[in-house]
Order: sequence, then structure tokens, then C-alpha cells
Amino acid sequence: MDNLRLRFSKTGRAVYISHLDLMRTMQRAFLRAGMPLKYSEGFNPHAQISFALPLSVGTASLCDLMDFHLNGFMSLSEIPFRLNRALPEGIEVLEAYEWENKFKNIKWLDVEGIFEYDNRSPSEMLPGLMDFFARDSIVIKKKTKSGVNDTDIAPAIRSITFDAGEGIVTLKALISAQEPTLNPELLPSALEQLAPELKPDFASFTRMQIYDADMRIFR
Amino acid sequence: MDKRLRRILPKVQKPARYTGGEYNQIIKDKASVDLRMALCFPDTYEIGMSNLGIKILYGAINEMDGVWCERCFAPWGDMEDEMRRANIPLWALESGDPLAEFDAIGFSVGYEMAYTNVLNMLDLAGIPLRSADRKSLTPLVFAGGTSNVNPEPMADILDFCFIGEGEEMDSELLLLLRKAKAEDWSKERFLSEAANIEGIYVPSLYEPIYNDDGTLKEIKVKDGAPEYVRRRIVTDFDSAYFPTKPIVPSTEIVHDRVTLELFRGCIRGCRFCQAGFVYRPVRSRSSERLVSQGIESLESTGYQEITLSSLSTSDYRPLSELCDGLLDFCVPRSIGLSLPSLRADNFSLDLMSKVQQVRKSGLTFAPEAGTQRLRDAINKNVSEEDLLNTCRIAFEGGWNNIKLYFMLGLPTETDEDVLGISELAMKVLWLWKSHASNKARGVNITVSTSCFVPKPHTPFQWEAQVDMEEYRRRVALLREHMRAKAISYNWHDADTSLIEAVLSRGDRRIGAVIEEVWKNGGKLDSWSEYFSFARWMAAFEKCGLDPKFYACRERTFDEVLPWSRVDIGVKPEFLWREREMCYNAELSPDCRKKCTNCGALSLMNGGRCDG
Repeated sequence: MDNLRLRFSKTGRAVYISHLDLMRTMQRAFLRAGMPLKYSEGFNPHAQISFALPLSVGTASLCDLMDFHLNGFMSLSEIPFRLNRALPEGIEVLEAYEWENKFKNIKWLDVEGIFEYDNRSPSEMLPGLMDFFARDSIVIKKKTKSGVNDTDIAPAIRSITFDAGEGIVTLKALISAQEPTLNPELLPSALEQLAPELKPDFASFTRMQIYDADMRIFR
Repeated sequence: MDKRLRRILPKVQKPARYTGGEYNQIIKDKASVDLRMALCFPDTYEIGMSNLGIKILYGAINEMDGVWCERCFAPWGDMEDEMRRANIPLWALESGDPLAEFDAIGFSVGYEMAYTNVLNMLDLAGIPLRSADRKSLTPLVFAGGTSNVNPEPMADILDFCFIGEGEEMDSELLLLLRKAKAEDWSKERFLSEAANIEGIYVPSLYEPIYNDDGTLKEIKVKDGAPEYVRRRIVTDFDSAYFPTKPIVPSTEIVHDRVTLELFRGCIRGCRFCQAGFVYRPVRSRSSERLVSQGIESLESTGYQEITLSSLSTSDYRPLSELCDGLLDFCVPRSIGLSLPSLRADNFSLDLMSKVQQVRKSGLTFAPEAGTQRLRDAINKNVSEEDLLNTCRIAFEGGWNNIKLYFMLGLPTETDEDVLGISELAMKVLWLWKSHASNKARGVNITVSTSCFVPKPHTPFQWEAQVDMEEYRRRVALLREHMRAKAISYNWHDADTSLIEAVLSRGDRRIGAVIEEVWKNGGKLDSWSEYFSFARWMAAFEKCGLDPKFYACRERTFDEVLPWSRVDIGVKPEFLWREREMCYNAELSPDCRKKCTNCGALSLMNGGRCDG
């Protein structure tokens, strides 16, 4: 069976599984589930799987996607059922289906974040945060392979809202997932660089939903 | 997850090592268990999770009703710094609960260089280091593993030691602890009862008395403890517990594969080899059982590789049947089978060609010594002819990567023996030149030498280790004679070998040195990033002990050795006889040719030795 896609969540302790380790974990889970993946031909055969948007260590996701091919046939509804018994704590398959839309059509990512403030009042942080991210341009220094570059992250943030809670500020943001890719961790690092008084003591993120350029939910 | 932990995890390397949550981990309801054990491995997650002993003990202990056994490993330095800064005590992976809350804290200590890690982990857990400073019954702190065949260096730290195979003793010990908790025993009462369990050594019940010259006068037995602690073994190994649902780490570890245990013990009797004596007698598992355990493990883990574990794979009688049975399952599924510890003979090569249908990895041989005389003296039953024959066939078959392992400083070694290593390597190279099937690819011959460390319960337990200057001279001599470009020579440094030699045959006073090293930052001593020779030497100095007294001094037969209260099965008289044979370069037959009455059969309670 070819051109299959998994939608899965990665939460709890599993958020510390790196992208590379996740590939290995998935391959083993398919074997444990008795569903061998199709392998590439050649000298170093490897399972033909690919992930839509590699997830950084520490970030959770409720909407991650992985493409794969299966040897043999199986009802699509059986796949999540079998895999979920074979996956480690924190990774849960939500559905399996044949894909029609290529990963390159992904454009926007809906993320929720939690900014933790230990000794500051979250509600007092709100106006500053809103003003900061309402700027037309937020130029930060970003480490890349070729050195440290100046990047303007403002165009990659389509919308962002903040709410105060107990010791925390929650945020909802719609950010660019591809071209350019905005890692949500750059949101607190922008604060660190440009408005350190607003920088949270700790920030964590969860991917909520993926969209295409026309804001249709991407599946 | 603890909020403090959540905050530090993103800052450290490979955080998945510290979170638990892997597939096949065992989670129990805290409210429905009455005993909680932390199975600790005093090295990193990647090393500990590769250890078969840990898998066996974890599975076997968790089979017990009302007992939850969890894992704990040593954090790497970056994580330790973060933990100390955030004041997070060391926790067990499954529940995330601090170690101090556990009833039993058991360390599996395979090698002496991990001793400082045991101290460091206790300290990270906020548990007092010395047994005498832990007044309450729980947590009990104990250890098992190969290095415990000499329990004395860690005697002041541990409440008791397991001598022998843990899966045999753990349940008995935990049941006693359950009773002790229910009846509110004192720790002293518990320890004196525990001393009656065969295989349990309670250091506080044995008191070393020294002569003026620093040697032991006696080890006094107190309060009715047994005269000798006899090593405890699994007598029915074939049907003994084996974990077919091992935990599958979510991050890469050192040996990331299914491991099958073919047999324990070894028929060979190489005189330098501690494992060859302290795991006797030989006990095997049937090939049918191994095949089914292998298939079960592969199915429950999704591993794509399986390996066979034993001290000498070639000596497993039904090795062909076993490989055939496993290959029937593995080949159609592209699962790799690897065979370590093969002897250098034709049969091995046939077998390797069969199992390595795709890739030809390197071949590794351990002749251990450069000349036949010295190989005979150490009872390493490998002839030069066999070795060269195997290399020739390997070269003809397209192998072009050969590793040869040797030791320097073996008893009776002369410069001729040292140079014999380079001569042997040259012969291997000539063989390649005359027999290689494809010379265009070139050849790599790697020669590695380590410094011999005399170990307790071996025929060389009375031997002096060559001192560091002499070892370095022999390395330099060999280097001068390793001129060929195709041969690369690696040597182990002398520093760690000296420390390992001291810790291996140390007495109770060495405990103070270990503690002093730890106090000055010593940990992860088997990692070159962390090992500091100067730190160890300063600690010896401070404690007024001379490392050469322990490492480089020859003992007489009647000297009281620190491990003399441990009855390993093999008799000291047998070991001494073997030592004398070494000096005459006389071979001992392997156990299958002729039983040498080593004494280990006495552990079998009437069972049979499969030697």
C-alpha cells in the first residue's frame, strides 16, 4: 500500500524524543505492530518514511504527519489501532489515510504556547507582549549553518494573542510553517534579545493544527 | 513531570535519556505495591540499557507481586550540573520519584571504575554514602555484579553485596525485606538475617585485621555470620527467567538490539580471565528455547538486529542449529544476526559467511599474546597456525579488515613475547598480500594492546602488575617495530590500568580513597573526559596508601586476600596450581576434554556442569 499518511500526536514524556530517534521509534513500532514498512532498494535499505515538519525537542504536537508505504494490505482503520499498542508512551496515532496533498503545500501552523513567569505578574506582562508582537518588524539574530544572521520574524507571524493565567501567559499564534519556517521557540528568544523584561522564565509550545496557504486544514 | 525537571531537560544533551516512558517499560500502581526497588546502573543510560544483566533483573524482579522495580542511571555531567543547580534529587525513570523514597536501592556494578559513580549517584539522591550513616531500615543500599567478587573496597558504602547471580537472590532478599518492614525490624536485625541467605555478604559482619606490613592478618567473622559466602548461581539455566519483552529505548544506545544468552561460564580457562573462572560452572540453554526467545524478543521490540551473548560463542554445542533456526526467521525479514566471540577457526568463518550475507564487517581476534610460549602460559588455546589459517581464508573470501587484541604485562612476558606481537601482525599482513582476493581495496590491520590487570579469583590473583614505566617501555618497544603502513597500533593508557588494578584487589581501606576521589569531583571514571589520574594519586597520598602495594606486589599463597571470605566455587588450590602451570608454560585441557576439578561443580547442588 502506497502513499499513506499518519496523523499523530506527540506529548508528555515523548516530546523529548528527537526527530532522528522518532524515525527509528516509528520503524520499530510498525514492526511490533506486524506491519512492515516498505524499504528502499539498494546497498543500505532504509524505510521510506518522511515527516511533514520536523518537531524540535521539547515541543509537543497534536497534529504531526508522517508519510509511509506498507508492504501488503490492511484496512486503514486497523492501522492506528495496531500502532497505538506498539508505540511508546506519549505518541498516539489519530488516523491513517491515503494522502492527496503534498507536504510542500503546508503553509501555516497554529501553535499554543505557555510562558511561565515565576516572580512577575502575568497580567502585567500582557500589554508589553501584545505591543511587542504587534510591531511591523522584529529583527532578531538567528544562528544558522552559515553563522549568525539577522532575521525579521514579524512577517512569519500571521496572528498572535495572549491571555493571562495563574503564573503563566498563554498564547495562540498562527505562524509560518514553511518558507519561511518559524520555530516557535524564536518567540521567547525574540523577547530575550529585544525586550528582556518580557522574557518568560520558561516557555513551551504545542502544535495544534496545520493549514495550507488558503487556511484550509491540511491533512 | 516535575516542573524543575521540565525546565532543565531542554538544556541538556540527549534529554530522552532522563525521561523514561520507553516501550515495554513496566508501570505499576504505587498504591498496590508494598516494595519499591530502584535498579541502578552506575554509568550512563546508553551503557546501562545495553547491559543484559539489567534487562534480566528488571524483568525478573517485576515478575514479583507487590514489587515495583524501576531503573536509574548516572546522569552525564551537563545533566548533573543542572540537577544540582535546580536542586533535583536523582529519580527513577518509570515513576519519576526520588530514589530516597525507595525501599531497596540496588546497583549492578560490572567494573571497578564505576565505584565513584555509585557514590555520586547516592549523593545526587541525597542518601548518606556510608552504610553506618544510614540508620533506618530503608532505603537499603546494596550491589551485585562481577566486581563484587571482591566486595571489600565498597564495604563501608554498601549494606550488603550479592555474590553471584542476582535473579537467584533478589526475590529471597525482597521477601525478607517485606517481612522486616511489616514487623518493623531494625536495620541490624535485617542485616544479620540477610547474612543467612546464601550469596549475601554483609560487610559489617566481617572485620579486617591488618599486620604491621599492611597485609591482612585475618578477616574476622562476627555475630554468627557464615565463615564463607558461597556464590549463588542459577542451577537450571535452561528454564531460568529470560526477558523477552525488553525495554526499547527511544534514543540510541550502545548495543541497540536483541541479545540472547547462550550459556554462562566458560570451558576454556584462560588464566588471566576473571569471567572465565567466576561464572563457572558452564550452564547452557537449549537451542530450541533460544530460537523461541529470540523470535519473541524480536517481535516484542521491533529490533532489526539480534546478537548472541556468551563468553565463547564457538563453544556453544548446537551453534549451527541455533543459527539456522534464527536465520529462518531473520532472513525473510531482513533482520541481521551477529556472532561475537567466535574462535579463530574454519568453522567460525563458514558460519560468519552464512550469517553475514550482505555486509562483511571486520573480523576481530584476541590472541592476547604474541608468542606461542606465552599463549600457552596463559592457557589461551589459540595456535598461530589456526589464526593464520583463518586469516588466509578470510582474505580469500574478501575480508580486508582485521582487528587483533593483545595484552602487555602478562606474567612471564619477555621482550621476545612483546615483539612477537609485531611479528604476528606482519605475518597477517604477508598473508593478505599473498592471498587477498581483491587487493585494490587495501587492508586494515589494527593491533590493540591493553595493560594486564590481575583480577581476584583467577590464577593470577597473586601476581604483581608490571609498573607503569615498564608497561610504557614495552609499548614503546612494540611501537618501534610496528612500521608497516597497513598496520595501525593502539594502546591503552597505563593510568587507568593501575587504578583498575588497585580497585580490583583492594581491601577495605581503599574505600577511603574512593570516597576522597569522589569528594574531589571524581565520577564517570571509565570516561576519559572525566578520569583524572592526578586526582586518584592525590587521594592515595591523603589516605596514606601506596597504589603499588595493591597493584604491583606479588602475594604469597598463604597471604589473606581481601576476597578470601568469598567462595566463588573455583578453589584457591586449583587457581594456585594453574598459576604454577603458567610458569612452566603448561596448558590445561578445556573442560570438555577433561574435567580439571576446579571446584565450581559444588555450586550446582547435584546438577550437571555442561563443560
